[in-house]
Amino acid sequence: MSEHNYQPKSKFGKWFNDRLPLLTLANHLTDYPTPKNLNYWWTFGGILTFCLITQIITGLVLAMHYIAHADLAFSSVEHIMRDVNYGWLIRYIHANGASMFFLAVYIHIFRSLFYGSYKAPREIIWILGIMIYLLMMAAAFMGYVLPWGQMSFWGATVITNLFSAIPLVGESITTWLWGGYSVDNPTLTRFFTLHYLIPFLILGLVVLHIWALHVPGNNNPIGIDIKKPSKDTVSFHPYIVVKDLFALLLFLILFAFFVFYSPNVLGHADNYIEANPLVTPAHIVPEWYLLPFYAILRSIPDKLMGVIAMLSAILILAALPWLDTSKIRSAVFRPLYKQFYWILVLDVLILGYVGAMPAEGLYLLIARIGTAYYFAHFLIILPILGKVEKTLPLPMSISEPILGGSLNAEPARSKEDFQKL
Amino acid sequence: MSDQKKVNRRDFIYTASTVVGVVGVGAAAWPLIDQMNPDASVKALATTEVDVSLVKPGQSITVLWRGKPVFIKRRTENEIAEAKAVSLTELKHPEKDEDRASNPEWLVMLGVCTHLGCVPLADKGDYDGWFCPCHGSHYDTSGRIRKGPAPTNLEIPKYEFVNSNTIKIG
Amino acid sequence: MFKFVKYFSLIFFLISGNIVSSAENAEKLLTTDWTFKGPFGKFDRASLQRGYQVYQEVCASCHSLKYMSYRNLSEEGGPEFSVQEAKAIAANFEILDGPNPEGEMFTRPARLSDKFAMPYANEEEAKSANGGAYPPDMSVLVKARKGGADYVYSVLLGYEDPPVGMKLDDGVHYNKYMYGNKIKMPAPLSEGLVEYADGTTATEQQMAKDVVSFLMWTAEPHLEQRHKIGFRAIVYLIILSILVYFSMKKIWSRIETEV
Repeated sequence: MSEHNYQPKSKFGKWFNDRLPLLTLANHLTDYPTPKNLNYWWTFGGILTFCLITQIITGLVLAMHYIAHADLAFSSVEHIMRDVNYGWLIRYIHANGASMFFLAVYIHIFRSLFYGSYKAPREIIWILGIMIYLLMMAAAFMGYVLPWGQMSFWGATVITNLFSAIPLVGESITTWLWGGYSVDNPTLTRFFTLHYLIPFLILGLVVLHIWALHVPGNNNPIGIDIKKPSKDTVSFHPYIVVKDLFALLLFLILFAFFVFYSPNVLGHADNYIEANPLVTPAHIVPEWYLLPFYAILRSIPDKLMGVIAMLSAILILAALPWLDTSKIRSAVFRPLYKQFYWILVLDVLILGYVGAMPAEGLYLLIARIGTAYYFAHFLIILPILGKVEKTLPLPMSISEPILGGSLNAEPARSKEDFQKL
Repeated sequence: MSDQKKVNRRDFIYTASTVVGVVGVGAAAWPLIDQMNPDASVKALATTEVDVSLVKPGQSITVLWRGKPVFIKRRTENEIAEAKAVSLTELKHPEKDEDRASNPEWLVMLGVCTHLGCVPLADKGDYDGWFCPCHGSHYDTSGRIRKGPAPTNLEIPKYEFVNSNTIKIG
Repeated sequence: MFKFVKYFSLIFFLISGNIVSSAENAEKLLTTDWTFKGPFGKFDRASLQRGYQVYQEVCASCHSLKYMSYRNLSEEGGPEFSVQEAKAIAANFEILDGPNPEGEMFTRPARLSDKFAMPYANEEEAKSANGGAYPPDMSVLVKARKGGADYVYSVLLGYEDPPVGMKLDDGVHYNKYMYGNKIKMPAPLSEGLVEYADGTTATEQQMAKDVVSFLMWTAEPHLEQRHKIGFRAIVYLIILSILVYFSMKKIWSRIETEV
């Protein structure tokens, strides 16, 4: 921002801006030079910002009517659904909004994996992103506990029991988390408090995430460094704003479909049964967005190792900028990586699928193979691939992609493929 | 000419997008605002029935209606006479006692000072009626404002006698 | 190889949801022509009113509807009894109120603002009266069962003689669709059990359909409003998307000519 020499035109604007440079910030944001070749996979940053704001606003509204008490939580949710003006709409937006948020964040993460957006000089952006993702999972988990249905209660029981795997102090930590000897009212009230707090932490991290992004600028589908501003870039406003807006509207159509026509399809029927500490539902399944990690947890026969594996599966991502030894960012120019990338996508989907299945027989075997492959991808394949892969020649700039013969056809085709999806 | 048209069409699509977008944001904001209005269960409790068979002349009871106190006062002959004797010209907010108490024996009114919403004290003040301790408004035996900052008389809610012992408020 | 994996992933992702949901139901559920399904689905008022009758005459002696109020019966999007009818219905039930000025609890006829009268004072009483099985509250029952309306409908009609060799304890019944096939509730419906005021023949299927429609409404009282607003919202979003799409084309055309 420091290289900006923006001067407001009006006298008052100048007076104000000298004291608080908000106008300089606004000018920086509108003029921010963005690579002009960003495809639609890049619009999910804006969509995620929208998701966060929507969750915060609808969450605030729900908190006005929700009662965080073990005896009243379930009926207060029913009160919201039945009596509060548009309460059903606001709750369904909030509940499905969580799923939409995760859908968008997974696309955002996998976009980053495909185009190598996590590589130098963007490691900090990436690590901030992983922190946001972790907090999102915490917020989503605690939010799911609040309606105090059967899945809320038993989900809370199972997840908090993960901490009991820690040697020596595990039991004490679990008791401390519960505020009792089981999940009960004290657990509910503290989860509510934290569920209210975390989105604002996320918001703070998002500001840092964007700040860190604006230092080097966006990566792009070609993955090469570009001069800014130049004829390879466009100003953020109006070009990127209008494109993000268009993508957001398409996303909202999907969102609206869930909210209005299938509001409960992403949830579990059992959560409409009030929490009962005496009866566990036939099988406990987390929300879809946590299933791959759940599969990893269950694939390890040892309690402590299972928890460690599950946590590592997320934390390993933070080390990704250093595990991937290739200097080339975009998978467009990495023919081998591209294939392994899609195998990883498939692997995660399979893990998600077996995470929803009972942990036995063939499913367990698949989960184990999937888990092993997941870690192998990051710990073995990526470091080696960077050394041995024969990459395609890079273009000089976005505007002049033509360098070698085969190069021209390859990125064009894959870009088209992407749009088809 | 054709340039002019082009500009107009371009403007049209921007204007249309903006207008339609703003309408949508407004429509989306309404549920977020309306959720703070009284909900269906609150609205359903808008009426209260009160048994007044045990109230003796000169006594008053306070009941809760829509979260606010309602004074139900069974007035003595003296208090009724006092209320009727006042000439309308003396009043800040002129209302006849007959208009405030259809059955003169019973005065039913909201126990909320019209100044800033405190609850006035019974049988206090310079006019034998009510006195608001917050900012010193005096009300007479008909609940009319006589002295102090309150602008209007104590409000009369909608009520009816279901039978001689029961008043339905609301 | 790469293309194959990519498309396979996508197809897999699309169908995995269906596999997850279908793999567990051994028995295919019965269904009927529900009027509330689909984007324009609405409740059939007459069916809801009949469904209320079935609930009241058959289910209500054991199953509560604790989140429902009598006022709901006359609200838009439900059975839409008139306010007078709803008041008359409410007045048939005694509700515990109080304490009165003497400090005692008393009963009085229910009003519109009251919640539905409960069949039992508490869960323990409900259990002891039903051989240890708690008849679940039915307010959100349809949403609380996988398979929803179809599942509840199927269970109502799924009573059969147990397969040969299956031993059932006393007070346990065989039900083809019930999870685990064992149910403590005896078959609740039988031909002609209720007499519909509108002359509809009270077959088992008819009563099951009516009462499940009614329970769908108690679980989702704003379903009609949701469908209506949803349709408008999506039409609106499509129109705005088109407008923004052309705005975007216009704006980006400035660049294309420059380059």
